[in-house]
Amino acid sequence: MQGGGGGGSESGSMSTVSRDENMVVSSEDSSCPDESGLELGLGLSLGGGGGGGGGGRQGGGFKMHHVSKGGPYARILTAKDFPSSSLSSSSSSSSSSPSLSKANVTAGTKRTAESVAVAANGSSQVVGWPPIRAYRMNSMVNQAKVLTMENRKKETSMVENSSIGGYRNDGNTKLKKSTFVKVNMDGTPIGRKVDLNAHESYEKLAKTLEDMFLETAPSVNPSGSTALQLDMLNRMTRHSKLLDGSSDFVLTYEDKEGDWMLVGDVPWEMFLTSVKRLRIMRKSEATGLAPR
Amino acid sequence: MQKEMAYSFPDEVLKHVFSFIQSDKDRNAVSLVCKSWYEIERWCRRKVFIGNCYAVSPRMVIRRFPEVRSIELKGKPHFADFNLVPDGWGGYVLQWIAEMAGAYPWLGEIRLKRMVVTDESLELIAKSFKNFKVLVLFSCEGFSTDGLAAIAASCKNLRELDLRESEVDDLSGHWLAQFPETCTSLVSLNISCLGSDEVSFSALERLVDRCPNLRSLQLNRAVTLDKIANILRRAPQLVDFGTGNYAAELQPDVFSNLAGAFSSCKELKSLSGFWDVVPAYLPALYSICPRLTSLNLSYATIQSPDLIKLVSHCPRLQRLLVLDYVEDSGLEELASSCKDLQELRVFPSDPFGVEPNVSLTEQGLVAVSLGCPKLQSVLYFCRRMSNAALVTIAQNCPNLTRFRLCIIEPKTPDYLTLDPLDAGFGAIVEHCKDLRRLSLSGLLTDHVFEYIGTYGKKLEMLSVAFAGDSDLGLHHVLSGCESLRKLEIRDCPFGDKALLANAAKLETMRSLWMSSCAVSFGACKLLGQKMPKLNVEVIDETEPPDSRPESYPVDKLYIYRSVAGPRFDMPPFVWSMDEAVKILH
Repeated sequence: MQGGGGGGSESGSMSTVSRDENMVVSSEDSSCPDESGLELGLGLSLGGGGGGGGGGRQGGGFKMHHVSKGGPYARILTAKDFPSSSLSSSSSSSSSSPSLSKANVTAGTKRTAESVAVAANGSSQVVGWPPIRAYRMNSMVNQAKVLTMENRKKETSMVENSSIGGYRNDGNTKLKKSTFVKVNMDGTPIGRKVDLNAHESYEKLAKTLEDMFLETAPSVNPSGSTALQLDMLNRMTRHSKLLDGSSDFVLTYEDKEGDWMLVGDVPWEMFLTSVKRLRIMRKSEATGLAPR
Repeated sequence: MQKEMAYSFPDEVLKHVFSFIQSDKDRNAVSLVCKSWYEIERWCRRKVFIGNCYAVSPRMVIRRFPEVRSIELKGKPHFADFNLVPDGWGGYVLQWIAEMAGAYPWLGEIRLKRMVVTDESLELIAKSFKNFKVLVLFSCEGFSTDGLAAIAASCKNLRELDLRESEVDDLSGHWLAQFPETCTSLVSLNISCLGSDEVSFSALERLVDRCPNLRSLQLNRAVTLDKIANILRRAPQLVDFGTGNYAAELQPDVFSNLAGAFSSCKELKSLSGFWDVVPAYLPALYSICPRLTSLNLSYATIQSPDLIKLVSHCPRLQRLLVLDYVEDSGLEELASSCKDLQELRVFPSDPFGVEPNVSLTEQGLVAVSLGCPKLQSVLYFCRRMSNAALVTIAQNCPNLTRFRLCIIEPKTPDYLTLDPLDAGFGAIVEHCKDLRRLSLSGLLTDHVFEYIGTYGKKLEMLSVAFAGDSDLGLHHVLSGCESLRKLEIRDCPFGDKALLANAAKLETMRSLWMSSCAVSFGACKLLGQKMPKLNVEVIDETEPPDSRPESYPVDKLYIYRSVAGPRFDMPPFVWSMDEAVKILH
């Protein structure tokens, strides 16, 4: 499985290898309260294959000196060690910095824009923010659902008002905004996850899934953002093959009772409350799947 | 010199001495003294911790340490917790299990975090290790109750089965019944993550009955309040207990039964669970509150007055996890009641609401910092903060080792002055000299990173989001934080310069994550070329990074040091920048 790294170098640079191995096999565990921080002495020699420090300044000067616990020779390369000429060798880093930073801003903004899904109530929601573990989010949504179902079941609330009222004391039932469900596709070993609440309709969901699983050749030419935007537009307006029956696959879901249903036959909101997971099924296997 | 050492200390003596050395760091140091010490040490190392499963290969570990009994592995990057790492990224444990099955027949303990564990892996564990004792699957996924059934059935001396926060596919509720009647060895059982139908309660009761050494039990949500008493009466020796559902219609006999059951647990120090709480049942805990050191109410949607009442009964509390329903008033009460408090985590009840739904502000945290001198670890979600508050907190709590502040709206400034929060966080790193972990939020410029680089000498893990102005920020951190091991960054304007200038630093760290930043594909390639001991991986779910110009920023970047070379289980949306691996798959 591994070829490089410490492979055959036991005899020669044993200490380097074992130090390297020691670095990766050590109790650096920030979740463990008793561990103290610092690394052991490191004797890295960089660019082992790439001509060490002897070669030109080309991206070089990477010699790393012995770093020890607060020792006098601890030295980490700073921008000063890295002559600007070597940076300019890589296409764009330094020579075009003004335009790069512009591009950065654009790209950064664009990327952030892409990573923002507009939630149902119009407020923009950034993926993975606030940083709350998926486990906790799932617990909270299940909790709210239980409370809602309990309310439906009994006319008089069986639990004290304060507990339900507490969760919704601001008047709006703000459930969590992300519901990730698993998606598997026949013939693809690796499943994916998709956030149902980031989509407002079956069409949008199907398109996301098509992008994820049914890869069409990306229609970009390398001239940057315009082409990318055009491509995004194409993808957004393209009719969903999964839903209109023109693909070899159909989209199905498993509901809370464990039955597999065809996606699309119940109102979207109802679908959201009953779906457990999705499966992109071969059409041939989907016979007998009853829409509700 | 070596020869003299060898003659004066025969191997057996050295081995005996080494057996007292438990810490990996010390063992690593021992192994570097000389060749013979290296040899002796490697044969007697029993416990291995691998913080990044891709940093080393199973074969390398086995070759060096032939007699391992306990292994701990971590897989996915931390940001996977927040859905930033696409599914299918990696972290598969099967290969490790398969190789260890042959090499370590006496392996007794496996602890995994953020890894993909399949039923096949679990079945392999069950049949390969005759002396298997401990299985901890922390935040793992990929397995079902079938795999658990295999473990339960085969592991005759199982002591610990801990599935905390993992994702388990429920297929059948009867896996618990697979524990043979002869299994009496359980010490710790955490099934809190299981869904409703997955646990046969009668099997659980019988299991608890026959395991007299059970110290830690975390039930899942489906277990209703009325059943708690039954369990507790069967296990009065419990030290750590997680309830299931804590809601029921208020009935006096149920209440007194529950209160009685709790009071019979004289060793109980730690409580968790508390889904769906009915506050009227909280007083059932009062008898054990004086002994409680740890309380996790972070799923309990109870209001501040009830929380205050409960907390005021717990003077020995060292650790509290709670929702922001506790409000500033609750935290003030905490500060006056719980002088031993070391760890506080406050989670948001309505993280996506635009307006605050509760009265929890920076004041609560300030109050705790004032009242609880032993405070070391903080995780705090709130909606506003000020530099003044942060400075106060820093001055009150110089012993902080972990400080994670999440101001919910990105780039929120000091609400009093509208300044960035640089000075506040600067005070934290300056005063808290032992700070090991820091998470930033709010409006922050490059200045905060200057402070961090200057003062954060013991900082090991730093999480950054929506902060900084330029590469200088990243450069301060990489060049100044000597102890840095893990750095994770999202949505910051950090580009190539700082990264390339500090490339060597990356080899001294476990890993670096950067997403939605401004690092170009070209820079990634350069890093991959020049740094053979780093694995530079670009993650892009939309299209191959080389279908765009080299100057185009990559979407997500994960760099980690490795002695195993590039990995071979990358999914199509992960590209390795290693020259030896083809970029286009």
